[in-house]
This record gives sequence, structure tokens and C-alpha cells, in this order.
Amino acid sequence: MTVLLRTEGISKAFGGVQALDDCSIEVEAASITGLIGPNGSGKTTLFNIITGYERPDRGEVFLGGKKITKKTPRQVFAAGLGRTFQLTRIFPRLTVLENMLIAQRHADRGRAMDQLEFCGIAGHSSALAGTLSYGQRKLLEMAYVLVADPEIVLLDEPAGGINPSLIHLIADRIKELNAQGKTFLVVEHNMEFVMNLCDHVAVLDYGRVVAAGPPAEIRQDPRVLDAYLGTGEEDDEPAA
Amino acid sequence: MAQEVYEAIADGILGGGVYALMAAGLTLIFGVLDIINIAQGILVVLGAYLSYVLSVHLHIDLFVGLLITIPVMFGVGVAIQWLFIRPLRGSERTSMTLLACYAVALIIEGILYSAFGANYVSLNAWYTQPNASVRVFGFFIPDIYLFGFGLAVVAALVLYYLLYRTTFGRSVRATMQDAVAARLVGIEVNRVAALTFGIGVAITAVGGMVYGSTSGGFNPNSGYDLISRLLAIIILGGLGSVGGAMLAAIFMTTAEALVDIWQPNWAVAVFYLALVLVLLVRPAGLLGRRAVRAQ
Amino acid sequence: MTRLACLVLVIVAAAVFPLVITNATATDIAVNAMIFVAAASAWNIFSGYSGYLSLGHAVFFGTGVYTVGIAARDWNLAGDKVFALLPLAGLTAAVIAVPLGLIALRVRRHTFVVITIAFFFIAQLTATNLKSTGGSSGLLAPVLNWTASTYNNPFYYAGLLIAAGTVLASFLIRRSRFGLQLRALRDDEDRAAGLGVRAMPVKLTAFTISAFITGLAGGLWFYFLGQAFPQFAFDPLFDLAVALMAFFGGLGTIAGPVLGALILEPAQLYLTLRITNDYLSEILLGVLFLVIILFLPRGVLPTAGEFLTAQRARLKERNRGR
Repeated sequence: MTVLLRTEGISKAFGGVQALDDCSIEVEAASITGLIGPNGSGKTTLFNIITGYERPDRGEVFLGGKKITKKTPRQVFAAGLGRTFQLTRIFPRLTVLENMLIAQRHADRGRAMDQLEFCGIAGHSSALAGTLSYGQRKLLEMAYVLVADPEIVLLDEPAGGINPSLIHLIADRIKELNAQGKTFLVVEHNMEFVMNLCDHVAVLDYGRVVAAGPPAEIRQDPRVLDAYLGTGEEDDEPAA
Repeated sequence: MAQEVYEAIADGILGGGVYALMAAGLTLIFGVLDIINIAQGILVVLGAYLSYVLSVHLHIDLFVGLLITIPVMFGVGVAIQWLFIRPLRGSERTSMTLLACYAVALIIEGILYSAFGANYVSLNAWYTQPNASVRVFGFFIPDIYLFGFGLAVVAALVLYYLLYRTTFGRSVRATMQDAVAARLVGIEVNRVAALTFGIGVAITAVGGMVYGSTSGGFNPNSGYDLISRLLAIIILGGLGSVGGAMLAAIFMTTAEALVDIWQPNWAVAVFYLALVLVLLVRPAGLLGRRAVRAQ
Repeated sequence: MTRLACLVLVIVAAAVFPLVITNATATDIAVNAMIFVAAASAWNIFSGYSGYLSLGHAVFFGTGVYTVGIAARDWNLAGDKVFALLPLAGLTAAVIAVPLGLIALRVRRHTFVVITIAFFFIAQLTATNLKSTGGSSGLLAPVLNWTASTYNNPFYYAGLLIAAGTVLASFLIRRSRFGLQLRALRDDEDRAAGLGVRAMPVKLTAFTISAFITGLAGGLWFYFLGQAFPQFAFDPLFDLAVALMAFFGGLGTIAGPVLGALILEPAQLYLTLRITNDYLSEILLGVLFLVIILFLPRGVLPTAGEFLTAQRARLKERNRGR
């Protein structure tokens, strides 16, 4: 029951917009934690702060007990935290295999191919990454993040914009890796995906954590419904 | 001694006004089209030659001639953008447009050499003569410098009016901020791009006339000198900041005028040294607002 | 297997070229072609792989020119010994590249190009104004008493050696982890940095290697030409030429710059011989560049490669239909 990743009181404003407001979440080791919330609630900003792409105005980030708030993305990656992007980022002019080799400290084609196999795109290993379809790119990005064997993986909308069978594949792979002990923090809009996959869910709204707990609880929480539907009316019945 | 210094400062500020205008044109093009128009230097020279032809062969006054050269240069700018820049696509777009501008510059330089040869010429009128000057606080300011600065101010005001008080100007500013969003609200981004490039080049007609009258002689090779200064100015001021470009222009020309008193040969080095120093400290330039990190 | 055979054939042909074709004009063009094969490949090693367009490589070329020129003059060297100065030319250029790179590589790509241009003008200015460089009168290379008929040959072989070495370096770099990281920077520098690629050392190393080779090329060029003036040692047309050659052949490929140089340099020299109007060749160069950028944006080799692949696919389709 150890906490692997923790944020403490993260606040961040962009100009006049308060993107995150005293945001504190906890990710337990070997869990699959979901981070949900309506658009603009600050999920990607939180990811960016955790992984070093942005600096918070206030607050700290801890990985395995060590403070990583001020670290650069490279240092965060080296510390064992991998992350994918909402708009998939791959190296289009390099081959699929070469994309994998970049993330590795020491080039290990065997491991790279294994990882590609695991994600189902080994057949495209010598194709230029730019020729891959959107779904294949998502798989590639996940693959090259995984090949570095990070302790915890942050996935930004892994199920976005792809067909159901691919979503199923990704969910399966995540479950498999999690069974082997890998920790995941997943941002997603696809409720089915989140509820079926995650052991623990945190909900953001306007940059604040409004609820956190197991999926079954979250599903019924009126504050969560308010966040998504934004009505705040008393006579709203919680969904069954 | 002090006399020289004051004169240098005055010359620097007045001369800087014109460079500021030309640099503003460059910045405008960069802001809207995201490209650095390397041909701007030779285009100024082209503008100067146009004024030359009108003045020498058709006996049209330099300032009056602007009524012709400005539209012509505007047309040249639109043509360049439409023919050589708009068709470029792909991941290498920024590099390609830069090289395309370089190629266009080379072509224009070659044409100018073929048409006018390598001889130095200059623009002359009653107000460019050495004795046509105004006495201010005990030293002389050449008429042409004052006229040129005045012209630059007028042009800057026109530009300001265009950008901030017209619908077109609003489209330009919107495109500068976010081309995709601009397109989504119905702004014809392609047209805005072409017209903005045209305006940025039309400014070189003004710059060219003043440059031709104050430079003490120019030829097609002068383009390099000009573009190197302009580039240094816009980087120093911060890419994308018109105000920064103007400030940097005045600062640089004044500094150069001052250094020129002691070391004429190295005076222009002031430009580059200032550039290097500023970039060491602030990679975004003085007033730059774009991302600092190497992209 | 056939690729290796082709390569061997090319090498042999290149090696015996001046012995077979003794026409002085031809070998003269060949020497220049070799120099530009090296220079274009060197430019490609940095700009092609990293995506940072340098329009200031003439700085390194000119540094090579002046290193050989000044050293030969001050140390009273002549004949074969001057070739020994070439590594020094390369080294001087490489040493200069380090501080220049440290300044220029911190900024984003737009600014980078402009800074390289600024460096170029500073270099040209320095060469014109310093007394030790001969100022605007330039420098003269040591006069050589070699046999007229084979005069070009030592230069050719020196050039061939440098060119071959450069192509080999280009090949090795592309296959190495260093090259992979460099190319990743071109596609997405931030992401690459986030995955552990140390951007600055990688970029700087490529920059320095590129500078070294360009300096070598410059030194050889000076010795061959026999004289140097600041505006030709530091010539903006040089920058455009190497960029054009690399683009023409295919930016970021190994054979691209080689092909580009082998086609364009002789073509340009031939044109200059035929068309006495200097300015016309300048216009033609610009037009050629525009044509290539507009119609062959990926360069001749890649476009030809794609064309061939498409043809092969079409043939397969047709055969399948039978």
C-alpha cells in the first residue's frame, strides 16, 4: 500500500486562468489510477507539471518519496517516470524500430522488437513511423515509453480517437503489465475504459480535486456528476 | 568632440527611424507567415533603384516617386509570396521558405547587376546636398535625415492605423496569434498572408528611398549589408515584437554612429557584438515573447 | 551485393580518373567537385541530420582558407608540405565552431539561421579589416613549380581523400547511436530530450565535425586556387551552393549531397566558363534553387526513389491482374 507518486498542493495559473488549484493526488504502487474530469479541468497541465514540462506556481511532486518538482523532463524520465502525450508524439522520419531505440539507454534491438510484438506492431518495425495510422502511432508511443521499463507510466488519453478493438488491446496490455507490478496513471474521457480498468480514480474540476476513490464510489458521487453536467441542482438523481 | 558625439546620436536616432520601419516590415512578415524574409535587404535596394530610375530618367521628385514605388513594391511582395512561398508545404516548410527567400534575393541581385552594373549610385535632390541642413543647438542635421525620419514616422502611423483601426488589420493580428483559429472564424488566411507580405515589402520602397539618399552610394551588393543589419535588429528586439524591433533599430544605429567616431572600420561590428551579447543573456531577444528553448 | 559492386566500381573510377582523362579543364572541375562533395556532405552531417539550417558554414570554409594561407606564409612552406597544413585548417575551424555553436545552438531554429548569417558577416568583416589576413588585398598561396600536365593531380587526390573520408563519416554517423539521436532532434527535439537525449552535446558535436571537414575543404580550395580574397573566402554563394547541393540530392541522406555536388558544381563551373556574364550565373543559381524547392522538395534521390517504388508497385498490380 505504498504511495509511488504524489502531488502536494499543486497550483498553476496561466495569465488569468487558474489551471490547477491546490491539487493533491496519490498514486499507489502497482495500481492503475485514473484521472478524470471535464475538458479544461487541468488534467494535462498536471501531467505536464509532474513530468517537468511545466513548473508549478506552488506545491511539490514526489516520486517514491523523492521530490522531483524542479526536475527537467529528461531527469524525470531517468527517475523512472514515462509519459505519453494527448497528441501522439513520435519521430516520423525515423523507422518504428529506431523510435524504440531512442528511448533505450543502451540499444537493445531484441528487447525493442519484443516490446513492439507486445503492442502488436512488430510487423511495421522497418517502416517510417510517419506512415503509421493514428492508432498504430498511439501503440508506438506507448511501446517506446514502456521499453525503457519505467516504474510508473503516465498515459494521456490512450483510448482517444481509436476503434474499440484497439482500445481493448491497450486495456489488456495495461492490465498485463500492471499484474507484473507496473504502476499506471491514466487520463481519460472514455468512462467505460476508466471504470473497467482503474482501481482508483481521482476527479478534477476547475483545477481542484473534487473526489477520489474506487470507481464504484466515484460513479455515484454527486460532486462528480456536478462537475461533468455542471448543473448543481439538488434534485439531480445520482446515476445507478 | 562633444559636437561629434551629439551629431552621432542625432544621426543615429534619425537614421534608426528608417531602419526601424524596415525592421518592422520584417517582423510583420515573420509574425504572420512565420518566415524570415532574407530578401528584405535586396528589396530595399530594389526600392532604391526604382526611386533612382524615376528620379534620373523621369525627373520625378523622390518623395513624389514614392506614390509609384510603394504600389510597385507591394505588388512585388505579393507576387513573391504567391508564387514562391505559398506553394511550399510539408515538414520542412520553414527551412524551405527561408532558402526560397534567399534564392529570390539572389535572383533580384543578379537582375539589378545586369541592369545597373556594379557602379555606386545615389539618390540626389536639393535636400540631399551636403549644405542642405538645419542648424539645431549648434550643430547641423542634414535635411534628408529629418525628412527621412519624418517619412518614417508617417509611415509608422499609417501602418499602425492599418493594423489597429481597420478590419484588415484585425485579420492580420488575428492570424499572427493563431492562424488556425483565424481560418475558423472565416478569415482568409492565404489572402492575409499575401497582403501582409506585400505590405512588409512595400515598406522597403520607403526605406529604399531614404537609404538611397543617405547611404552615400549604393549598388546591388549593398543588399548584404542591409539584411545583416536588419536581421541583427529583429533578433535583438525579439522575433515577433514590432516594438522591440524599433527599439533595437534605434539603439543599434546610434551605437554604430558613436563607434564610428573612433573606429570607422569596425563600427558595423557593433551590430553583431550587441547581438551576440544579448543572445548570451536572453536568447529570446530584448522583448521577445516566443519560446526560449531551442525547438 | 550489387550495391557493394557499384561502390567498388565508383571508387576505382574515381581513383583512376585523372590518369585517364588528362584534360586540364576536366581535372580542374573534378578538383572543385571533390571539394564540394566534402563541403556539401559536411553541411549535411550537421544541417541535414539535425534540421538546423546553417547559412554560415562559409565561416568554417574561410577559416580553413586563411589558416592555410597564413601558416604557409608565416612558416614559409611550399609544395607537398602545404598539404600537411590541411588538418590544421580543419582543426582551427573545429575550434572556432565550439564557441559559435554554444551561442547559436541555444536558440530555436529561426533564430539559429539568422545567427549563422550574423557570424558569417562578422567573419567577412574581420578578414577584410585585419592586417594579418592581408585585409582586402587578400592572401596568395605559395607558387608551385609542378609539371603543368599533372598539376591538378595532387589536388585531386587530396580532394578525393577528403571527400571519401567525409562520405564514410556520414555513413558511420547515420548508423550510430549518435546519428540516431541527432536525427531524433530533427523530428521532435523536446520529446527526444524528454527521452534522455542530451541535445546540446549532440548538436555541438555534429556542428564541430561539420566545421572540421568544411575547414579542410576550404584549405584545399585556397591552395588549389592560389589566392584568397575576403569576399570569396567568405562567400554567401558558398552557403547557398552547399545547401542547394544537399537539398538537390536529398537532405539528410548519405548519397544526396554527393550527387548534388557532382551534378551542380561541374554544371555551375561549366556555366561560368560559357556565360561570361557573372550575374547571369547568379540568377540561374537562384532560379535553379527555386525550381528544386518548389518541384522537388525532398530532393532528386528521394523523389526518384519514390517514383521508382511507385512504378514497381504499378507493375506488380498489372502483373497481378493478368
